[in-house]
Amino acid sequence: MSEVENAALTSSLLYLDGVAVSFDGYKALRGLSLVLAPGEMRAIIGPNGAGKTTMMDVITGKTRPDSGDVYFEGRHDLTKLDETEIAELGVGRKFQKPTVFENHAVSDNILLAAKAPRSVRATLFGGAGQREEETIERILTTIRLRDDRNRLAGSLSHGQKQWLEIGMLLAQDPKLLLVDEPVAGMTDAETAATADLLKHIARDHSVVVVEHDMAFVRELGVKVTVLHEGAVLAEGSLDQVSADERVIEVYLGR
Amino acid sequence: MKMVTSRLDRFGHIFLATTIGFAVLVPILALALPKDSTFAIPPYVVALLGKYVCYAILAVALDLVWGYCGILSLGHGAFFALGGYAMGMYLMRQIGARGVYANPILPDFMVFLNWKELPVAWWGFNSFSYASIMVALVPGLLAFGFGWFAFRSRVTGVYLSIITQAMTYALKLAFFRNDFGFGGNNGLTDFKDILGFNVQADETRAALFSISALVLALSFVVSKAIVSSKFGKALIAIRDSESRVRFLGYRVENYKLFAFVVSAIIAGVAGALYVPQVGIINPSEFDPGNSIEAVIWVAVGGRGTLVGAALGALVVNFAKTYFTGAFPEYWLFALGALFVLVTLFLPRGLLGLALTKRAPATPVTPETPTDAAAPAREAAR
Repeated sequence: MSEVENAALTSSLLYLDGVAVSFDGYKALRGLSLVLAPGEMRAIIGPNGAGKTTMMDVITGKTRPDSGDVYFEGRHDLTKLDETEIAELGVGRKFQKPTVFENHAVSDNILLAAKAPRSVRATLFGGAGQREEETIERILTTIRLRDDRNRLAGSLSHGQKQWLEIGMLLAQDPKLLLVDEPVAGMTDAETAATADLLKHIARDHSVVVVEHDMAFVRELGVKVTVLHEGAVLAEGSLDQVSADERVIEVYLGR
Repeated sequence: MKMVTSRLDRFGHIFLATTIGFAVLVPILALALPKDSTFAIPPYVVALLGKYVCYAILAVALDLVWGYCGILSLGHGAFFALGGYAMGMYLMRQIGARGVYANPILPDFMVFLNWKELPVAWWGFNSFSYASIMVALVPGLLAFGFGWFAFRSRVTGVYLSIITQAMTYALKLAFFRNDFGFGGNNGLTDFKDILGFNVQADETRAALFSISALVLALSFVVSKAIVSSKFGKALIAIRDSESRVRFLGYRVENYKLFAFVVSAIIAGVAGALYVPQVGIINPSEFDPGNSIEAVIWVAVGGRGTLVGAALGALVVNFAKTYFTGAFPEYWLFALGALFVLVTLFLPRGLLGLALTKRAPATPVTPETPTDAAAPAREAAR
């Protein structure tokens, strides 16, 4: 490893280098490299099968890479940790399909996500404290679900579920948020509101957003990484990458 | 949500009051009234009720893991039977020199097998407190060892159900063997007394019933406290979306393990109360069919409600007593049909019917994980 790369590693929040993953011979990721600076918000785009979700799986410990390095804060080797340990380090994830706890009230969803001791003993004997109640109240206001706090999460609309899940991420207060297709299936108004919400969150969190919706990515106005066939094809502002010959080819077909 | 919860809480209070009421009332009606009074409860009914109450405790234990954590255990009968054996061993050693062979130390079956000394596993069982500890410890340790490996390896759904079934079947085969040292095929029986009281006496029977009813109330209170805590909320979240809970930073395997061990201990206590009331424990208690029957009680009564589980155990067993008397050859068909019908038409069981009927405003999501097919779907994914 050269000294230049070393500097990139130690100053990074998230560092992926030469990550390869294959499932039964299918190469989902082939030498993916990506560096995210602390406080940065990054959009990841790419056609279906480009490896976006697999990349999230590798970062959160759901999938072990066959080769390559994955480091968090320049020192934690994420390839050696499991989902729980990685979550404890401060990596939160929002899934593509909204996965909230449907049989729990909206407020309980936030309570479960809220930063608090996670041991069996702590949850068995400790209830929601004053501080947690305040966190819940603050987050419900941010995600516009205050009036729905006692409703079952399963009865929320699709867009509200997406917000609730973002709210759960906020409650977790991670250093890095991974957000997978937050506006899929949302109306235009909901999409705009979600972009506002993410920009608000990005003020004090690092965020990686995977999205198909170009209008939404433009609204975010952040650096874009284009993935194709499991590797980075281009990186830069949305205008730069949209002008890139190879990106156009990938998106419009040969 | 709030409405259903508060309604369920009210059912819980009614259930507690009724159970404690029975614990007081049954001994009075059985012992204090003259035998020819209309309200007098004959001794055999007291024994029968006591048996049902033990089943209800087992159902509450099963509901704790199945209803709230999604662990469909088809081997809970094993924990029940182990608790039963621990109590049976105490009762055997109480027989002492009154056995057929009049050996003050060795139970009859050991004399019959020509054994010279008491096996190590039987040491200490002349003491009631030692036996009581074993009643909780043995099922608890088995559940801990089993759960440790199963949950760490992330065995879920039908696969977990199958290995719990294999566990109880393996134990059944082991206990059937004479050289395993627990009475083989015949099991343990011919009990004389418990803590100095004759197990056959009406007074002892009534007391055992009362204790069982109080233990049922206690198991309910403990389980209710567990599921109402933040731990319980995490447990339900694990049932509904296990990987999501992991990504939130919870050690899912520890949560499952705790619930499983507590449940196994409650099941063991139920078995220990059951044995002196029915007067026998043998390897057939490990039969996988028993564990499956327990699952049916919970499904019929209403999964994930605790009250419903206990109610289901009582209802199904009363039906069983009636059916096996009236139409013995059709009972298994009736039981099977009951399970199918409940699964299809009452996914939340009898209690679910009562809960939704009076609260029509409750939004019922089609994805309710309360249906019995959920583990199968989970596995198919």
